[in-house]
Amino acid sequence: MSYQGKKNIPKITSERLLIKGGRIVNDDQSFYADIYMEDGVIKQIGDNLIVPGGVKTVEANGKMVIPGGIDIHTHLQMPFRGTTTVDDFSQGTKAALAGGTTMIVDHVIPEPGASLVEAFERWREWADEKTCCDYSLHVDITHWNDSTKQEVESLIKEKGVNSFQVYMAYKDLYQMSNSELYEIFTFLGEHGGIAQVHAENGEIIAEEQTRMLEMGITGPEGHVLSRPEELEAEAVFRAVTIASQTNCPLYVTRVMSKSAADIISQARKKGNVVFGEPITASLGTDGTHYWSKNWAKAASFVTSPPLSPDPTTPDYLNTLLSSGDLSVTGSAHCTFTVAQKAIGKDDFTQIPEGVNGVEERMSVIWDKAVVTGKMDENMFVAVTSTNAAKILNLYPRKGRIAVGSDSDLVIWDTDAIRTITAKTHHSAAEYNVLEGMELRGAPLLVICQGKIVLEDGNLHATSGTGRFIPCTPFPDFAYKRVKARKQMATLKAVPRGMYDGPVSEFTAMSRGGTPSASTRSSPTKAPLRNLHQSGFTLSGPEEAPVRPAGRRIVVPPGGRSNITSLS
Amino acid sequence: MSGTGYQGKKNIPHLTSERLLIKGGRVVNDDQSLYADVYVEDGLIKQVGENLIVPGGVKVIEANGCMVIPGGIDVNTCLHKPYLGSPPVDDFYQGTKAALAGGTTMIIDHVTPQPGDSLLEAFEKWQDAADKKSCCDYSLHVDIPHWHEGVKEELEQLVQDKGINSFQVYMAYKGFFQMSDSQLYESFSFLKELGAVVLVHAENGDLIAQEQSKILGMGITGPEGHPLSRPEELEAEAVFRAITLGNRVNCPVYITKVMSKSAAETVANARKKGSVVFGEPITASLATDGSHYWSKNWAKAAAYVTSPPLSPDQTTPDHLNSLLACGDLQVVGSGHCAYSTSQKAIGKDNFTLIPEGTNGVEERMGFVWDKSVAMGKMDENQFVAVTSTNAAKIFNLYPRKGRIAVGSDADIVIWDPAKIKTITAKAQQSALDYNIFEGMECRGGPVYVVSQGRIVFDEGKLQVQQGTGRFISRKPFPDIAYQRIQFRNKMMTKQGVSRGMYDGPVYDVPATPKYITPSPSAKTSPTTHQPPPIRNLHQSNFSLSGAQTDDNIPRRSGHRIVAPPGGRSNITNLG
Repeated sequence: MSYQGKKNIPKITSERLLIKGGRIVNDDQSFYADIYMEDGVIKQIGDNLIVPGGVKTVEANGKMVIPGGIDIHTHLQMPFRGTTTVDDFSQGTKAALAGGTTMIVDHVIPEPGASLVEAFERWREWADEKTCCDYSLHVDITHWNDSTKQEVESLIKEKGVNSFQVYMAYKDLYQMSNSELYEIFTFLGEHGGIAQVHAENGEIIAEEQTRMLEMGITGPEGHVLSRPEELEAEAVFRAVTIASQTNCPLYVTRVMSKSAADIISQARKKGNVVFGEPITASLGTDGTHYWSKNWAKAASFVTSPPLSPDPTTPDYLNTLLSSGDLSVTGSAHCTFTVAQKAIGKDDFTQIPEGVNGVEERMSVIWDKAVVTGKMDENMFVAVTSTNAAKILNLYPRKGRIAVGSDSDLVIWDTDAIRTITAKTHHSAAEYNVLEGMELRGAPLLVICQGKIVLEDGNLHATSGTGRFIPCTPFPDFAYKRVKARKQMATLKAVPRGMYDGPVSEFTAMSRGGTPSASTRSSPTKAPLRNLHQSGFTLSGPEEAPVRPAGRRIVVPPGGRSNITSLS
Repeated sequence: MSGTGYQGKKNIPHLTSERLLIKGGRVVNDDQSLYADVYVEDGLIKQVGENLIVPGGVKVIEANGCMVIPGGIDVNTCLHKPYLGSPPVDDFYQGTKAALAGGTTMIIDHVTPQPGDSLLEAFEKWQDAADKKSCCDYSLHVDIPHWHEGVKEELEQLVQDKGINSFQVYMAYKGFFQMSDSQLYESFSFLKELGAVVLVHAENGDLIAQEQSKILGMGITGPEGHPLSRPEELEAEAVFRAITLGNRVNCPVYITKVMSKSAAETVANARKKGSVVFGEPITASLATDGSHYWSKNWAKAAAYVTSPPLSPDQTTPDHLNSLLACGDLQVVGSGHCAYSTSQKAIGKDNFTLIPEGTNGVEERMGFVWDKSVAMGKMDENQFVAVTSTNAAKIFNLYPRKGRIAVGSDADIVIWDPAKIKTITAKAQQSALDYNIFEGMECRGGPVYVVSQGRIVFDEGKLQVQQGTGRFISRKPFPDIAYQRIQFRNKMMTKQGVSRGMYDGPVYDVPATPKYITPSPSAKTSPTTHQPPPIRNLHQSNFSLSGAQTDDNIPRRSGHRIVAPPGGRSNITNLG
């Protein structure tokens, strides 16, 4: 369980802490026990622990003690057109801690064409300098070629990244073709990575956007009108198909609509290894606000895939989260000021996309799923931290209260009620998509790396104390099944004699003269369909099938092929 | 509609002298069955009823209580589709002969131009070939091998002047016929304006290409590589995508060759959600399965090669018949495309080169009867619906075709449910040297077949004449597909929110491009005009043909409103 921390890690090891009288809630069971932690690690769990004298003691008074939340999807300090999101790694992780989340996983988004490793290093630098809690990174694959392949390999093997996001939307920018997706999934499947997808059909979106703008719809409602939920469902379906073909675990980021969630649960029923991630916004609110008369309010909800205008969506997604059909929750926290959003005031396609949610995530799930009786407290732990830790291969170091685990803990107050408002939230954004919502359930005390960072409503976080937590490939949660299937799925040729009947003469003329104005394929391809010449190889040179050349077999082993007898 | 004139051929052989009375049969239409006599004159049904008053000396067919049904319509044949320059062994003569022998009195063939060919020229070539050789009435679908601006004009002409109302697009055959999602969107939008039915060959071509090279790389070169590289998931995925596109564009979608359970279920689910989508299983998918691809006999295995492939899941035919019986799938084609074994052998060392196509035009009606009606899944009326009436409705031939009624064409079959036939290549009409249904027993078959008022099949004997088939032109906007579409068009108009201008601060965007396209990008073809580096969707060349209702509403440009109607936008007040 060794990991490479940062070199100049602030000394926090002196902190010794005892939590007395709490009910420990893991994803599998709940029980009353005390917890003693030292050096940022849980050392003992049980009754009547023998601990050194003078240890700081926290009385939990029978309240729930849960593993700190893991927000598996954030965009902090994300560059956008020469500016960045307003919540940097310090502001964003403070908001996370205030909401009971003790670890975030941020997305590295390299510019198309730029080096993945360099982008990763840049994000590391930004985060190391500022985060107040532990973090990991996903890397987004924004272009695909051989050098990207090498970079992905080195990120997996040397840099501690095991999850990579690809885009099916953002035509001509991030969007990948089906063939590229196939290659990427194949590659990740072989190297133990998790393929995350942003699932929306970018080509149809582009067409719909043009149509909306032509109709004179330029406001934020155009965003949701041009991205109907069908397009999300379609892309999810396609991603599931490609992942199943390539035998690669699939992770759908931002499940925003009922139909997309349905596709995931159907796929899981059929046995596909696929995980769905609804976000705070899709669990807590809906897309009716895009029609708000207040432009700034409407724009603040702009994110992709959009929030569904169907107001029954949050309830439905909470139900699927409770039943286990959706596996993890993120926040996709990506905040812009109103002035930044106003870049798109005359054209909704220019509005920077992103909503807040890192602080509200845990409470929204408690309020919408646990209080309403959909989900129990153990499932709550599973979807807010344990499952994420398993997917990232950080379990049981994170996502569990057990001896040897990191002491990232939250004492959860089930009775607390707070009203969400931009005036009191910890994000730097001027708005909050959950504005005015009353949420039951909130953290009472948050312990991060063995240190109390939230107590009595006061935050004592220090920028730069967060460590990068490297993730290793082949997480069991996803790959045990994939590995077993790999052994099952070997295809075999039918051994049959050579066909020795007549062969019709055929002209070698090209089957299709490619017209010059063709927009379908690159002209490097020969017009005759010859799939041998595809540039694709399965990691390693293709071996020509060994076959005796034109030797005539009179009685082939499979029996003489007789063209009139078909028995 | 029965009286509508149509452009027949000029030198149509004179067969109007034929007067015919079918006595003592049970007339079965898609909605009801009744005992009645049918009197036919000049190729049209003149009277239906009991105790008809007919001229003397009329030829009489005694139906003896057998079913009298509208002649079958086979909506999917390829009788003139060349593979690498050589035509299939069943041309329009051989193929329509086989059709008539099986109780099918009309076919709709696919015109398959090569990418870059003129659609009109290809259409004329096909029409010419069919006029010379076809023994029964026919119509044509035109496949769109490649989407570009020039195609639009030809399509317009085909719909308006040539009587074509259905066009096929391909989601498979990468680098050849395959269209991207954007092209599909544009073609759907355009065809919808024309009132045409969009036929879709639904398979994910990108993934197939990947799988093919993978499987060839593993040393699998035989016909089993064909279904291995085209698993049914890829069919289901493409069907789902096609339906999504159809929903977005609000355009009817017709899935040709539904070959697998999952594709059929995707169609059925979409229909439950209200999508206007039709599914067409074919003879082969209803009667046999893909286990034969693993046959040790190469020739036999290759005979089954068609795309999408037959599913190796042996429960597939039964499932498809069930969906056909309950109306979730609507029409049955044959996908008849006959290549001889020596033609198939072009791909003897590489399954991707095996010409695709199976037989089925002769066996189509028989197997639907055997697998659905005789099994108790389907009644005789639904049998008529799926073998002729629905096809006639979807392709706007109804009630001229697909119904026994006064004024309809005299394409009539006397059907004997008790007839039992063993399928064998030796006894078939097709010129093929094999039959994929070899040895199967099939209940139900035609006793008499009347085409254009003439008896062409009489207790096992065919009496046909090549060139007697007429081209039947079809009008756009078939009701069964377009009535709902037109209502939805009215419902679906979208409106923007009228709100005051945003007058708060705006972040100043630097003029640098949002991204730099890397030079070695293989994502798009260099021949496409690259979009400017800043994503500007205004500049797409896509336009909805026709004016929009709000074209005349001017867009207000930047005049500043101090107190906008929606209230002043206040960034901290979000109520």
